Amino acid sequence: MISDHPLLELDHLDTLWFQIAGTICNLRCNHCFISCSPENHALGLMTFDQFCPYLQEAVQLGVKEFYFTGGEPFANPDLLKILEATLQVGPATVLTNATLFSSQSVKQLASLREDSIYSLELRVSLDGFSPEANDPIRGSGTFRRIMRGIKHLLDGGFLPIITAMRSWPIEQDEDQLTGFKTALAEIGYEYPRIKLLPSLKIGQEALRHHGYSAHDYVTRSMMAGYDRSQLMCSNSRIVSSRGVHVCPILVDQPDSLLGRRLSSAKEEFELRHQACLTCYQYGALCSNASSAAVTFERATAPSSG
Amino acid sequence: MSPKLINSERVAFFGGVYSNYLALEALLVDAGTRGIQRLYCLGDLGAFGPRPDRACDILREAEIPVIQGNYDNSVGNGLADCQCGYTDPRDNYFAKLSYDYTFRQTSRENKTWLRKLPTEARIRIGPYHILLCHGSPRKMNEFLWETTTSDAFLNWLFEKYHADIIVGTHTGLHWHREPSPGKHFINCGAIGRPPNDGQTTVVYTVINAESASSENETASCLKVDFVRLAYDYERLAAEMTSQGLPDEFIETIRTGWWTTCNEILPAKERARGIY
Repeated sequence: MISDHPLLELDHLDTLWFQIAGTICNLRCNHCFISCSPENHALGLMTFDQFCPYLQEAVQLGVKEFYFTGGEPFANPDLLKILEATLQVGPATVLTNATLFSSQSVKQLASLREDSIYSLELRVSLDGFSPEANDPIRGSGTFRRIMRGIKHLLDGGFLPIITAMRSWPIEQDEDQLTGFKTALAEIGYEYPRIKLLPSLKIGQEALRHHGYSAHDYVTRSMMAGYDRSQLMCSNSRIVSSRGVHVCPILVDQPDSLLGRRLSSAKEEFELRHQACLTCYQYGALCSNASSAAVTFERATAPSSG
Repeated sequence: MSPKLINSERVAFFGGVYSNYLALEALLVDAGTRGIQRLYCLGDLGAFGPRPDRACDILREAEIPVIQGNYDNSVGNGLADCQCGYTDPRDNYFAKLSYDYTFRQTSRENKTWLRKLPTEARIRIGPYHILLCHGSPRKMNEFLWETTTSDAFLNWLFEKYHADIIVGTHTGLHWHREPSPGKHFINCGAIGRPPNDGQTTVVYTVINAESASSENETASCLKVDFVRLAYDYERLAAEMTSQGLPDEFIETIRTGWWTTCNEILPAKERARGIY
């Protein structure tokens, strides 16, 4: 039987991700789409020596920017050395829970930032603007710990991007954003950068809330008139301790592994996973830009003229 | 024997006019005093400012080559939004206000002209092959920010698009880098609003390409200058008020700080502003 899922090839490797902490995290959040925890060693920490050949290959291929995720990237003892090498050749973004920061470690990060012509972005996940909203998802006491980490970053001159998974109906976005802004203003973040993310109904999140329904897939016909650059797999890859995978969302799926080298990871990928639908619907899901539903219709002009 | 100058050309680039016809008029006067031989506009004629037809009419009258920006593509083709590439709800709210105003106020004739503008141009200045585009050579509304665009990516662009110099605009923030010897990326800035640095002046770019020969060798040198252009911003602000344009836009014209479109900025660019 011929599959009805579209095939997508890599246009150009704009963004290279590193699963730098594997699936190892100091927290065990119940919305994590790859179920990271202190015990999950499915994907291991990447060492500086494992990382370097990929960075060199990325420069040869013309990669534009670099992202680091996990697990918790700051659980990796090589991370600062890895960021220092990265910031010599391009911009870096780290996705973190901010619970492992001290004023000393933030000082070191600030120094890396100052020594580079490129941006160093810290993206901090906070999943509610109060302990009552955040802690049931992230763990007891985590709201206070995350806010303390954000404060360290602010004191170090960073403007972290606060990311929150939308665990509320979309109609409540405005009220939720107001809540986040108020809470962040109290620790001195006056004009916070906030990115709301849709829920990816896989991993722990499928257990916490619910998974996808049977018909939630991307089909070939849905690609007509769609801006394929919105899909991460058209312009990104992610490297783990195992090799090169198609995207950060599917990194723990066996069929996401494409090869050992970046140059061999250009092959087309079939959008057969249900999580591909969320990427399709929201577009540029994992990038730093705040997410908005993709606009399909551009045909209607404003009135008159 | 000292090198002998065999060729010298001075060319100016500007973009992001955003209906700021007063800055455009000031630019034409300023360029005249600097011995500029050629002028190129890299698009986004509308948005933000008042009376969009005025900037179009000035450019057409002066016969300045114009590259199509995403705004021009949208207005010319009657699209529903400006394709600016914002993703934040507040930024999109202001983008829509501005786009709807600009679309209503642009004449049918100028819409046709905008629709037919070329999306890129290739020119030669001295020994340099120059590619002019709006956002990037591969995508009209791609944001190439100074602090999130690697040298490796720029080198890939030079090779793929066979250019020594690529000039773009779109982000509203000027920058220049030479990632490999003789290869230059230039964002020429915007004359429509100040570059978020607390000054009311706007920016355009002048490049000076010189070739000199000595003995058996010819050497070329490129100089890139960002010109701070003063214009009657109080008059522009007053006209924006009379046209019912948002106070947030007028504040930017009067103070030089961006009040909108901040959410798309990378960390370093964001940290330079006050919002």
